[in-house]
Amino acid sequence: MQLTLEFGGGLELLCESVKIHKVNVDLPDGVDNLNMKHLLSWVRTNLIKERPEMFMKGDTVRPGVLVLVNDCDWELSGQLDTAIEEKDVIVFISTLHGG
Amino acid sequence: MEANGGDSSEIVRELEALKLRKSEIEHRISTLEAKLQETTAAVEPCDAVSNGYSSPSSPAIEHGLEHGLSPDQIYRYSRQLLLPSFGVEAQSSLLKSSVLVIGAGGLGSPALLYLAACGVGRLGIIDHDVVELNNMHRQIIHTEAFIGHPKVKSAAAACRSVNSTIKIDEHVEALRTSNALEILSQYDIIVDATDNPPSRYMISDCCVLLGKPLVSGAALGMEGQLTVYNHNGGPCYRCLFPTPPPTTACQRCSDSGVLGVVPGVIGCLQALETIKLASMVGEPLSERMLLFDALSARVRVVKIRGRSAQCVVCGDNSSFKKQQFKNFDYEDFTQFPLTAGPLNLLPTESRISSKEFKEILQKKERHVLLDVRPSHHYKIVSLPDSLNIPLANLEARINELTSAVKEKEDGHVNTGSFTNPSLYVVCRRGNDSQIAVQYLRESGFDSAKDIIGGLEAWATDVNPSFPTY
Ligand SMILES: [Zn+2]
Repeated sequence: MQLTLEFGGGLELLCESVKIHKVNVDLPDGVDNLNMKHLLSWVRTNLIKERPEMFMKGDTVRPGVLVLVNDCDWELSGQLDTAIEEKDVIVFISTLHGG
Repeated sequence: MEANGGDSSEIVRELEALKLRKSEIEHRISTLEAKLQETTAAVEPCDAVSNGYSSPSSPAIEHGLEHGLSPDQIYRYSRQLLLPSFGVEAQSSLLKSSVLVIGAGGLGSPALLYLAACGVGRLGIIDHDVVELNNMHRQIIHTEAFIGHPKVKSAAAACRSVNSTIKIDEHVEALRTSNALEILSQYDIIVDATDNPPSRYMISDCCVLLGKPLVSGAALGMEGQLTVYNHNGGPCYRCLFPTPPPTTACQRCSDSGVLGVVPGVIGCLQALETIKLASMVGEPLSERMLLFDALSARVRVVKIRGRSAQCVVCGDNSSFKKQQFKNFDYEDFTQFPLTAGPLNLLPTESRISSKEFKEILQKKERHVLLDVRPSHHYKIVSLPDSLNIPLANLEARINELTSAVKEKEDGHVNTGSFTNPSLYVVCRRGNDSQIAVQYLRESGFDSAKDIIGGLEAWATDVNPSFPTY
C-alpha cells in the first residue's frame, strides 16, 4: 500500500531529519484492512531511528503529538482504529511552544 | 592607545545616555499627542486635524456619521473602510474592542504593531522581560535604544508611535495564577504569544473560566503553528493536549534556535485572526489549525477535533473553577520550570570552576578538553584544543575520546612519566557536561570532571570577550 508519511515540529529528527517519506506498507499477516494501530507499529519499526519514546507511549503516540489522516485530526476518525487506504497522507506533528 | 581607549568608551557611554533620553522624549511626545487627541476629540470631534486632512469643524452627527467614526478616523482607516468585506461596521467594532497580547517577543512584536495600526480600541501588553541584544533579530517591535529596558515599555512606545489615538495598557509583570483572572477579565480577546508550556496551559484555562476567545500561535526553528481556542463552542488547549508532553519534547528558542521571520509570519497571522474576531468578519481559525513550514514553503490548514465533553477544564462535568485555577501549579503540571536553575548531578570533587580551568591552561597541565555541545554550536565558538563529541553521540564515538586520551599519554611516555592526563568536559551552560561526566565515570574515565557553568561561566568569570550566544 502506497502511503505518504510526514513528520514535523521536531519529530523528523527521530527519522534522520527527513520530513516526507513515500513508503510502501504491506498488510501484516492475517490482517485484511490496515488501520492506524498497524501503521504506528510499522513506523516505529521501519522509520524511527532513535529515541522511540519521543514518538510513542504505550501503543499510541506520546502526549503532544497530533496525528492527521488526510489533513484531519485522527480523533475525528477513530484514533488507532482509523482505516488507512491507498495513497493516504498521514502527518505526525509535535506541538510547538516557542515564540 | 590608553587615552584613545578611554575616549571611545566615554563616547559610547554618552551615546547610550543620549539614545535613552531620545527614546524617553519620543515616548513623552507620543503620550502627550495621545492625550491631546483624547481631550480635543472629547470636546470637538473634528478639531484634531492630522496630516493631510482638513475639514470644517463640525460634530460627527452633522455628517450623519451614525457609525461613530470621527473624520480623522475615517481618514486614518480609509483603506480598511474601502474593503467591501470589512467596511465601516467592522472598523467600528474593532475600535470598540479590547485585546490583550501576552508576551512582547517574536510573536507579540508583529501582532502588536498590526493591532495598534489597524485600530483596536484598547491594547494591553503583558511581559516581565527586558529587551536583550539577542532578541533583536526577531522581536522587531524593539529598538536598540531600549536594550535593558522592559519589553512592555518598549513595545508600548512603538505602538504609540504608530497610532497615538488608541489606548494602550502596560502590564510590566509576569502572568501568574494570582493575577491572570483579574488581568484577562479586562479584555475581549486574548492573544497567546508566550514561549513555554506552563504559560500556554494557564492562559487557556483562564480563558475557559472567563469565556474569552484565545488566539494561539507558536514558532520554533523553521516551523510555526496557529489556531483559535475556546471560540464559539470550539476546543480549548486541553481538549487537544490533555496531557503535557515530556519535558524533553519542549524545546526553547534559546536552545534550539529560530529564524526571526518565522514567528514574524505567525505573529502577523495572530493579528489577522484577532482582527477577524474583534470585527466579526470572516471565518475564525477555530477547530482548524494552520501549520507553517518555512523551509519547504508550505502552509497546510488541517481540521482538528471539537470541544471534548471529557475535557477536565471545559468539559461537561468539569469541576475546574476559579479557586482551583488560583491554586493550580502549572510548572509542576508540565514539569517545566519557568526559572530553570542549573543541574547539580555531581559531587564537588568531580567538578572544577572555569577559573580553575584557566590555571590548568596557564600551568600547561596535560589534559583533554571534551566539548559535548551539538556540532553546529561548536562551529559558532569553542575553546582552543578542544575535542567536540556531542552528548547524543558520546556513547557511539567513545573511541575518539579514548584515542585522544591515549595520545596525551603517549606524548608523555617519552619523558618517563605515566600519570594519566586529566579529562575536562565543557558544554554551553554546565548541564550536559555533568550528564557526560556521569556517563564517562561509569565507563572507566575516572578522572573526568565538568567545568561548572560551561562556556557561559568562562565568558563571565575568565574572558569577558569570549562570545556568548
Ligand atoms: Zn477543553
